[in-house]
Amino acid sequence: MSNNIISRRALLQTAAVGAAGAAIWLRPWTSARAAELTVGIVYVGARDDFGWNQAHAVAIKSLKEVPGVKVVEEENVPETDAVSKSMESMINLDGAGLILATSFGYYSPFVVDLAKKYPAVQFRHAAPLWNKDKDPKNAGSYFGYLNQAHYIDGVAAGLSTKTNKIGFVAAKPIASVLSNINSVLLGARSVNRQAMVQVIFTGDWSMPVREAEAANALVDAGCDVITCHVDGPKVVIETAEKRGAKTCGHNASQAPLAPKGFITGGEYKWETIYKGYAAELAAGKTLPNFTAGGYEADFVRNSAFGAGCSEEGKKAAMAAIEGLRAKKPIYAGPLKDNKGKVVIDKTYDNLDPFLDKMDYLLEGVIGSTT
Amino acid sequence: MSDVNLAQSAPRVIAPTAIGSSRWRSDAEYVVIPLLAIVAAFLLFAVFLLGVGKSPVEFVQLVWRGGFGTTFSLQNTLQRSSPLILTALAVAIPARIGLIMIGGEGALVLGGFVAAAVAIPLVGVAPPMPTLIAMALAGMLTGGFWMGICGFLRCARGVNETISSLLLTYIGVAIMNFFVEGPLRDLSNPNKPSTMPIGSAYMVGPIPGTSVHWGFLFGLVLCFLLYLLMSRTTFGFAARVTGGNFRAALAQGLPVGKLIVACSAIAGACAGLAGFFEVAAIQGRANASLAAGYGFTGILVAFLARHNPLVIPPVAIMFGGIVAAGGLVQRRMGLPDATVQVLEGLIFVVLLTSETLYGRFSIFKPRA
Repeated sequence: MSNNIISRRALLQTAAVGAAGAAIWLRPWTSARAAELTVGIVYVGARDDFGWNQAHAVAIKSLKEVPGVKVVEEENVPETDAVSKSMESMINLDGAGLILATSFGYYSPFVVDLAKKYPAVQFRHAAPLWNKDKDPKNAGSYFGYLNQAHYIDGVAAGLSTKTNKIGFVAAKPIASVLSNINSVLLGARSVNRQAMVQVIFTGDWSMPVREAEAANALVDAGCDVITCHVDGPKVVIETAEKRGAKTCGHNASQAPLAPKGFITGGEYKWETIYKGYAAELAAGKTLPNFTAGGYEADFVRNSAFGAGCSEEGKKAAMAAIEGLRAKKPIYAGPLKDNKGKVVIDKTYDNLDPFLDKMDYLLEGVIGSTT
Repeated sequence: MSDVNLAQSAPRVIAPTAIGSSRWRSDAEYVVIPLLAIVAAFLLFAVFLLGVGKSPVEFVQLVWRGGFGTTFSLQNTLQRSSPLILTALAVAIPARIGLIMIGGEGALVLGGFVAAAVAIPLVGVAPPMPTLIAMALAGMLTGGFWMGICGFLRCARGVNETISSLLLTYIGVAIMNFFVEGPLRDLSNPNKPSTMPIGSAYMVGPIPGTSVHWGFLFGLVLCFLLYLLMSRTTFGFAARVTGGNFRAALAQGLPVGKLIVACSAIAGACAGLAGFFEVAAIQGRANASLAAGYGFTGILVAFLARHNPLVIPPVAIMFGGIVAAGGLVQRRMGLPDATVQVLEGLIFVVLLTSETLYGRFSIFKPRA
């Protein structure tokens, strides 16, 4: 009987001590866990698309090496409530504290609604859509001015072309695409006054057949350098390489696709932004709601020069990169559009919002937005 | 379906007490064989996983956790299955009358677009409930009209309904794109062409206590109602006779043309309703995201359910669960998204192959 009581008491005591011990032992463990950050990223396409998604996936790979950061990735997530559920699943099942939504159509209503539902989680979206008056404070936008890297493409291409004609396969005539086309022209003209850019619009972001036709048509029209702004540049670059034309890439490195003709290409450097976010969260700071920049902020870069780039092209491109880092303006006005109207009245800073409303092709570009 | 008819019409004298047990045996065949097929598909998939050096056990655990294991996961699964239930009905109903229609995607997209377009003048003027009813009716009528075209072309001109419904899908998407990028474009949304948003006050909310929208419940109810229509009414009987033998139905004086158009229109209305829910419960506006492939996945679901409306919900939920879990599998196991497609493909092929097994096992034969 007494044995029983003692053993019961002993049991209770042991349990209490054990629980306290466990609590003490657990405390550093839980706080260490809390300091860890899980980043969830969703892509609309495949991570190895040689384009937009790959650019993000490359950056995420380097984020994985940062200590204390865990990354969960999901690809081929359509712009429907599927993305909403994927992000929610990352929050609920993986404990994600930062969500990176990388496709344009994810933002409204999905990111906005989810940010309201989970105020403790940070959401950042890769397009300049965050509205400080309407949208939740735990959401935000980030993007890079890729036209600066396309300007460098233009410089290198301008000194690598023999026919002085650069072909550009473009998706839609919207501001960001037009700015890339115009920047290629201005880059090429800065080193080669005879350079022209001929553009063909395919009408949509991913039209592989039309992209191949456009690349062929541009080579037939005498362009000996081909570049593009479409979701997945693979088809354009491969078609041009097969036709013996040189190429400049877009979004991610397409150098492996064109061993003979690759010059360089405009690439995003999302890892600067992603590592910045991780560092700020680790330091307990609030993330900025709006992050944007180009070479001056190290948000864009150019692919390593390929076999298609001339020596003087390399030199001029390196010098031009230094210029952009020092914020040298690309759009030095006044500039006319290709119908003869003055559209840029003065010199604008590279990040000036005036340029975000661009709806014209500059003089020297063959093609029409309509 | 023909199997069921044969079983029911077989003139066999069975003792009254034996009827229950023998029917039970032959019905069990339709449950056991698909389940075995799914297990076989999983086993094949396990071999595939071992081949790429991943653990099948972990995979099954993740599918359970990501698709069904938590309240959140289960709701995720049900939400994803909702459009599939409706688009599967859009394939299953014409199949009962012997038509293979694969144009649910077009009816969904157009139905959703018209629902959003109807809302534009009503938002802010009419109260939400009548607006939503008008939107739903507009979406269903549009979808019904769109698929009805295929039915009409079939019986009036002999146009193959599989081809015409597929081609009309592309026309439907193009019509939506034309309006969304042109006359009905919301100019405040410069980079993604969409119609004006209907606003949160006019959105269909979730079923109370869940995060699943009402489309799921409507899908279940429609499955049940359409099951009754196809198996318990003269309309359904006439449709099944037409599906079983077109010439015999004509010879019997059945209104074959009207039946075909009616079944096609019902199918289109189901897809149109799915489009309405995509707009009113998910997107809040019409844009290119409506064409997300639900119409095409619905074809798979309908075939796996053997075009039986009552079997569609569990099959759709299974699909929804696999897709919902697919995300977790990608994230935890570092597998590409295509992995889940491999599994879906295996399930589909093995289930279709298992069709040949019906009637081959004596254990399922009714005993006299």
